[in-house]
Amino acid sequence: MFILITGLLLGGTYALIALGLNLQYGVARIMNLANGELLVAGGFAAFWAYTAAQVSPVAALVLVAPIAFAVNWLIYRIMLQPLVSRAKSRGALEVDSILATFGMSFALVGIMTALFGGGYFNYAYLAQPVDIFGSSYAQNRLVAFVLAALIGLGLWLWLSYTRAGLRLRALAVNPASARLVGIDTRAASAQAFALGGAITAVGGALISMFFTLDASVGILFTMKALIIVIMGGVGDIRGTIVAAMILGICETAVARLIDPGLTLAAAYVLFLGILLFRPQGLFGKKPT
Amino acid sequence: MFRRTLMTATAAMALAVAGLGAASAQETIRLGAAAPQSGPLAGGAAVTHWPAVRLWVQQTNAAGGLQLASGKALIELVEYDDQTNPQQAIQAAQRLATQDQVDFMVAPYSTGLNLAAAPIFAQLGYPQITGTAVTNQQPELAAQFPNMFFLLGRTGVMAEDTAKVLVDLREAGSIGNRVALVNVADAFGIEMAGISKAVLEGAGFEIVYQSSYPLGTQDLAPIIDGAKSAEADAFIAWSYPGDTFALTDQAIVQGFAPSVFFTAVATAFPAYAGRFGEQIEGVLGMGGVNADDPAFQAFSAAHTELAGQGPDFWASAATYATLEVLGQAIEAVGSADRAAVLAHLQDRANSYETILGPVDFNENNDNERYWTVGQWQNGVFRGVSARGRDGAVDVQLFDGWN
Amino acid sequence: MNAQEIGKVIPWALLLLAAAFVPVVFSPYWLSMATTMAMFVVLATSWALFSGPTHYISLATAAFFGVGTFVTGLGFQTLPFWMLPLIAAALGGILAALVGMVTLRLSGVYFVIFTLGLAELVRQLVTWVQNQTGQRGMYVLTSITERDIYWMLLGLAALVYLAGWLIGRSKLGFALRIIGNDETVARHVGIDTALAKVALFTIPGMAAAAVGAILAPRYIYIEPSTAFAPLLSFQVVIMALLGGTGRLWGPLAGVIPFTLLWEFITRQAPNQTLLLLGIVFLLIVYVLPGGFVGLWARIRRRFHQGGGA
Repeated sequence: MFILITGLLLGGTYALIALGLNLQYGVARIMNLANGELLVAGGFAAFWAYTAAQVSPVAALVLVAPIAFAVNWLIYRIMLQPLVSRAKSRGALEVDSILATFGMSFALVGIMTALFGGGYFNYAYLAQPVDIFGSSYAQNRLVAFVLAALIGLGLWLWLSYTRAGLRLRALAVNPASARLVGIDTRAASAQAFALGGAITAVGGALISMFFTLDASVGILFTMKALIIVIMGGVGDIRGTIVAAMILGICETAVARLIDPGLTLAAAYVLFLGILLFRPQGLFGKKPT
Repeated sequence: MFRRTLMTATAAMALAVAGLGAASAQETIRLGAAAPQSGPLAGGAAVTHWPAVRLWVQQTNAAGGLQLASGKALIELVEYDDQTNPQQAIQAAQRLATQDQVDFMVAPYSTGLNLAAAPIFAQLGYPQITGTAVTNQQPELAAQFPNMFFLLGRTGVMAEDTAKVLVDLREAGSIGNRVALVNVADAFGIEMAGISKAVLEGAGFEIVYQSSYPLGTQDLAPIIDGAKSAEADAFIAWSYPGDTFALTDQAIVQGFAPSVFFTAVATAFPAYAGRFGEQIEGVLGMGGVNADDPAFQAFSAAHTELAGQGPDFWASAATYATLEVLGQAIEAVGSADRAAVLAHLQDRANSYETILGPVDFNENNDNERYWTVGQWQNGVFRGVSARGRDGAVDVQLFDGWN
Repeated sequence: MNAQEIGKVIPWALLLLAAAFVPVVFSPYWLSMATTMAMFVVLATSWALFSGPTHYISLATAAFFGVGTFVTGLGFQTLPFWMLPLIAAALGGILAALVGMVTLRLSGVYFVIFTLGLAELVRQLVTWVQNQTGQRGMYVLTSITERDIYWMLLGLAALVYLAGWLIGRSKLGFALRIIGNDETVARHVGIDTALAKVALFTIPGMAAAAVGAILAPRYIYIEPSTAFAPLLSFQVVIMALLGGTGRLWGPLAGVIPFTLLWEFITRQAPNQTLLLLGIVFLLIVYVLPGGFVGLWARIRRRFHQGGGA
């Protein structure tokens, strides 16, 4: 039971890390290597709100989400759209977006170091235990899990049952055909990218409740997010959530039952295994 | 562009402080520093390394500079970011020496970066006085790099003293025999845990839980759960900053309160107390200082004023002391003649007065006096175990998370 | 080899000869930089030999590099140094072939992430084994100087160029060009695409492992976090793409300006290094699509058009 709950809580964390990238990569076709830095920026915002103004990280989301949405929308419009327009093929766009967002991640680390210094950031919010089935868990992790579940569910409902969501799904399947049926692919891509960025920043704000962050730590999150997104299948929200949960439970089980030293190795074995047998990811559709 | 303005600003400020009265042919000593401002170790360097270095330069210049035979000389600091990358650390040392032609260099931050840059320091004859390298290879290193000096300590000694704290507590009847030993799986953690295990088992302790976790892991609930299930009397973690926080956090959440709770790097950081407040009363950690020493308290106050945060209770003071040693060697020689300063440092008869207390070097260029274990007591991280240093206080028993 | 080919080879041979004199002519500062350049030239060129024609982006450089440093770290006391890069190359080649056999049927981005995962997996396993065996941090204390390292890297670079040149002339090169253009066509005309790709993937594997083995004495202190640093994989990709992968000289044209620029920025703005690097990086992406090879192609085209008009 301890393993299952701890694993689910960890899976919630992973879902927060990866959901945003799924939208950015799956729908807007930008393999965003600056994803982790945006996550850390969200965490810094929450840290700042909590320490300077005693605003709880959860309440701070009301501000973090729209600001992150706006910033990411601008990033897409100004910096990434020219790349999308000039790309002759999906491969060319991939190369360009890797290069551009890699540069962006450097710049973001530089900006954050200049603004906040290079030191460690953390704070105590809801760091008390809560008992479930006889074991203790951190309240803040539970809160993050619940919010991750709400975000995932909300996103899935939105994508499945609204016109705007339908547009994004069409875009995810095939940008060229989406254009043919009258979807403004530029606007929809920008929307998807911005929404993804907002979710990532929200994730960062929540994770900062129990992670110690510093300006340079983003790359770790980026790598984790990439792996979860690919594992779950690009462009499918359910896949990302399932992959995040599987990864969380698997890592916790290995840590508790075998050896914590092998958690990451186990995660990569799992990931490589899934990739070999289902190259399109758990929920991905076979490319036609 | 940036550096030029920065340097002129610093120099101008320093001159203004020094008073322009005697500024006819003011000599300056150029001091180079390359350490992480980005990359995995930037967080630690921002706490321990940079403020200490800048503080020493500021204070020395405020006092008019170093006293040379030809008069006072101000320090001009040239900084680079080595991005926590050995390649860049090498390149930066090379650049400082041959392009910026600095007179002296501050040793880099961390064991790995110090060793990567060591050949450059050695080839070009720069003294390398390290305040952040912990190793057990001083004899081999000193043979290969005779210009390298060590102030912070030896891994073996650190592990032995930690074990000794447990032995003493056991003899006093305060704790039992069961130890949980965990470590971060990188060179530091592996080395410390290896020595620890041998020493503890040699002292008759039973290792009831042992594990490691990958670098960068902050989800450590399973480890605390494992140690708790094993009913350990003592918990020893050779951890790094992120995981030091995460382990403590999880131990509090799960109510895991053994009689000894020890975490390694970052336990001595002021941010640790900032994060956990009074809950950490009695937590043991790596390093320590004589917190009651007026010299350290003055350093702490000045550090807080300059950096907006206090020093850590371990390597900050050691880093500052490396520069005190360098400064005193330069003043003793009376000029910025590098070879002469190095010869002065290599002369084992010389000793130096620092905020750590007196420092001298043995045949392995090792200052054999260092703090090994500390403990949070009444909001201050006090040294409880030291080699050759006064002021160690008694260990208190950890009585749970308040 | 006909006269025209000899004419093409001679300038390159002369360039190599000139590069060999860098340690004698220039200061240690430039030697340090040249060593870094030589390292990236080998890594980026061998990377582009595979990725250029196949369009697969591999992020496995750090895995091979790390394996190489550990070969030296474990063997430098018992074996003569010249054997270590060879052993490393053999191991790297085997690892690459294994990985290639299972993964090269993956396409595009899956391969990218797979290779990234591979580097992390190898690093975790190495760390875990170290931890189990209580193996301490390794100190590679040798008498090998930076000059030796530079020359060894230069020799390795020559080998990589030779390999690239030979492949370009061979049937394999021809096959790969077809695969790059259209894999289905390649299969229809009877090319064993899988074998061709695996064979080619071993080259960056061998080269990166050998580089790691050669560079270990420069790092002195070998630990997994620096030996397998993922940043290295990204740097190699960036430099190769900056130069352009269409030509053998492309990565070289990326590495040299990139290293100089990196150094220039680090020097001029020590406290804003990363920010400026990032911005410069973005500028390069926007101003130089297709890297320097692309730029060169455009200049030539314009020149020819101008001449014709």
